[in-house]
Amino acid sequence: MKTSKPESENIKSAPVADADLSRANSAIAVEDDHHHEAPKGIARWIYSTNHKDIGTLYLWFSFIMFLTGGAMAMVIRAELFQPGLQLVEPQFFNQMTTVHGLVMVFGAVMPAFTGLANWMIPMMIGAPDMALPRMNNLSFWILPFAFLILLSSLFTAGGAPDFGWTFYAPLSTQYSPDSTALFVFSVHIMGISSIMGAINVIVTIVNMRAPGMTWFKMPMFVWTWLITAFLLIAVMPVLAGAVTMVLTDKYFGTSFFDAAGGGDPVMFQHIFWFFGHPEVYIMILPSFGIISAIIPAFSGKKLFGYHSMVYATCSIALLSFLVWAHHMFTTGMPVFAELFFMYCTMLIAVPTGVKVFNWVATMWRGAMTFETPMLFAIAFIILFTIGGFSGLMLAIVPADFQYHDTYFVVAHFHYVLVSGAVFSIMAAAYYWLPKWTGNMYDHKLSLLHFWCSVISVNVLFFPMHFLGLAGMPRRIPDYAIQFADVNQIVSIGGFAFGLSQLIFLWVVIKCIRGGEKATDKPWEHAEGLEWTLPSPAPHHTFSTPPKID
Amino acid sequence: MDEHNKSNKKLTLRLLMATVAMFGFGFALVPLYDVMCDTLGINGKTNIESALQPQGMVPDESRVIKVEFMAHPNQDMPWSFEPKQALMDVHPGQVIQTAYVAKNLSNHRIVGQAVPSVSPGLGASYFNKIECFCFNKQPLAGQEQAEMPLIFYIEPDIPESIHTLTLSYTLYDITQQSAEPEEVAALVVNDSTQGALQ
Repeated sequence: MKTSKPESENIKSAPVADADLSRANSAIAVEDDHHHEAPKGIARWIYSTNHKDIGTLYLWFSFIMFLTGGAMAMVIRAELFQPGLQLVEPQFFNQMTTVHGLVMVFGAVMPAFTGLANWMIPMMIGAPDMALPRMNNLSFWILPFAFLILLSSLFTAGGAPDFGWTFYAPLSTQYSPDSTALFVFSVHIMGISSIMGAINVIVTIVNMRAPGMTWFKMPMFVWTWLITAFLLIAVMPVLAGAVTMVLTDKYFGTSFFDAAGGGDPVMFQHIFWFFGHPEVYIMILPSFGIISAIIPAFSGKKLFGYHSMVYATCSIALLSFLVWAHHMFTTGMPVFAELFFMYCTMLIAVPTGVKVFNWVATMWRGAMTFETPMLFAIAFIILFTIGGFSGLMLAIVPADFQYHDTYFVVAHFHYVLVSGAVFSIMAAAYYWLPKWTGNMYDHKLSLLHFWCSVISVNVLFFPMHFLGLAGMPRRIPDYAIQFADVNQIVSIGGFAFGLSQLIFLWVVIKCIRGGEKATDKPWEHAEGLEWTLPSPAPHHTFSTPPKID
Repeated sequence: MDEHNKSNKKLTLRLLMATVAMFGFGFALVPLYDVMCDTLGINGKTNIESALQPQGMVPDESRVIKVEFMAHPNQDMPWSFEPKQALMDVHPGQVIQTAYVAKNLSNHRIVGQAVPSVSPGLGASYFNKIECFCFNKQPLAGQEQAEMPLIFYIEPDIPESIHTLTLSYTLYDITQQSAEPEEVAALVVNDSTQGALQ
């Protein structure tokens, strides 16, 4: 909340900019006079129904969670720096891997995308705000409580959940700590929050587009978020069902996953991954939208194959419902099921390949410039593709029998989630920060952040592939001695990556507090309605819909 | 703006209904899972009710299928649990009688429930049990021993590719689940070790 002060100063200066603008551009009429004076201080943030305020809250919350989950990763890497047990007990180590995963997935990546959606979607489609502003406020403000509940379980007698973020039964039902109830309720709240966020996004996009903003004029970020929101509505309730079954199995004597009572523990994995696989696309589709905005802006060309991008996104979303069992190849499925899920999984490489080639084609013979958002976007394309390829390797059934539950899997999903999703969020922040704050950020510092991040992320995650191929299992606090050297390198990369993110914090705070004034459109070839607004974007925008040709 | 609000409300309501429906679907996956496993004959689940004694079935003397019997008491269940015969050669269509032996090594009454599983999973639907101890709960008093019968046959049209069937029983302690309501309270008081296990 420290940063709320400089933020509100920015907002105070906004009406001046508004006045200039409404003279210059009659399409944007700003009706600040008709609004009540917004409450000041903390009350402004608690009561706010403004999409930009709520977007800011989401983004700060996500960053705090990113550092929290990152701190847990540091504990993990510190323990794994050497073989043997040095710093923490195995049970606490398991709590760290579990809570790290939960915090990063539900606390860092998903709220960051919701924050970006809140900030950008109304400005991109020419809407004055999100369609359901009060629900928007609620969907954010229940989130801190969800994580308060989850993190407080670390201080309970039996410790926090230690069964992995995937909470497989019977680990989560028969062998779990007493704090499992806290875990279940916090996941319920997170789910409710993201479902409300998703409903808001859909209603906004469907009903609030400015006249003339037809479906196929929408920016890719809006498209990808629309599809993501449908995925959220389809699978978050299933997750809620799964945690509810775990709750009743553990505390109320049901036997959904207990073979002794006629249930089936393997069924848990089916239900979980029915949610879990679309979930990984929930965490990457908005990234595709961000990258599709940034690559053209710094290549001086239009996005190559816009329509194919839309269709590719849709087909990825549909296919994501047909591949869940590739997480469970080793559970003893019949061969025809293994083949079905293997082929469906490999099929996803086709629309994903369409996207990657479209981005490359957009850059091809473009007048490329390499500002920080572009650097992150290019790093995203390269590193995400590496993660995609290791995913293809994992999709091959006989190979998966060797890779399953090894560090190869850890390397794979960190490539797609850290150097994929997180890098795209960084790229988005560097792309839109001037619009949000009205100031340009420190270019040199941002370059330092980029190069530190991109080098350390590879030192951190690339050697994990070799550890996995050599047979090091995941989720263990101790390991065989032959893995020691590579683990040391991985840990050093981990510490470096963690520290690099403090540079990002520095850049953002410095940018909020001041700096070179940003023009309305700081990137020469950027396209989209958000760049027709002044920088910083005034509190209320597009109260009168813009004209779209 | 009014019209906007109206259509917003309508769409929001629809999406909320979709959310509720998907929550229900999550639970519908439970029976759906069993139906799928049943109809596709996957998961190694064998029949949970007794099959009828086959009428006029001719054993296929030309084929021999090796049947392996396995037994696992679950967790720390204090029972010994073993097949009387670990391995036998069976002709498809032949009705076979064998048994498992269980002994309660503890000093108190425990109710056991055996859950069968057949591997390879696709062979499960050809493995028919006419009588099986797994159809019933098995209560044993402290130190009591019991021989639990099993009568089965393998269907003659079992695919040529299957040469071995492994029948595995996992034995679960269901003393608490099977207790009568008034008995539960007594068990909780008398039997603190069981409570800790759960």
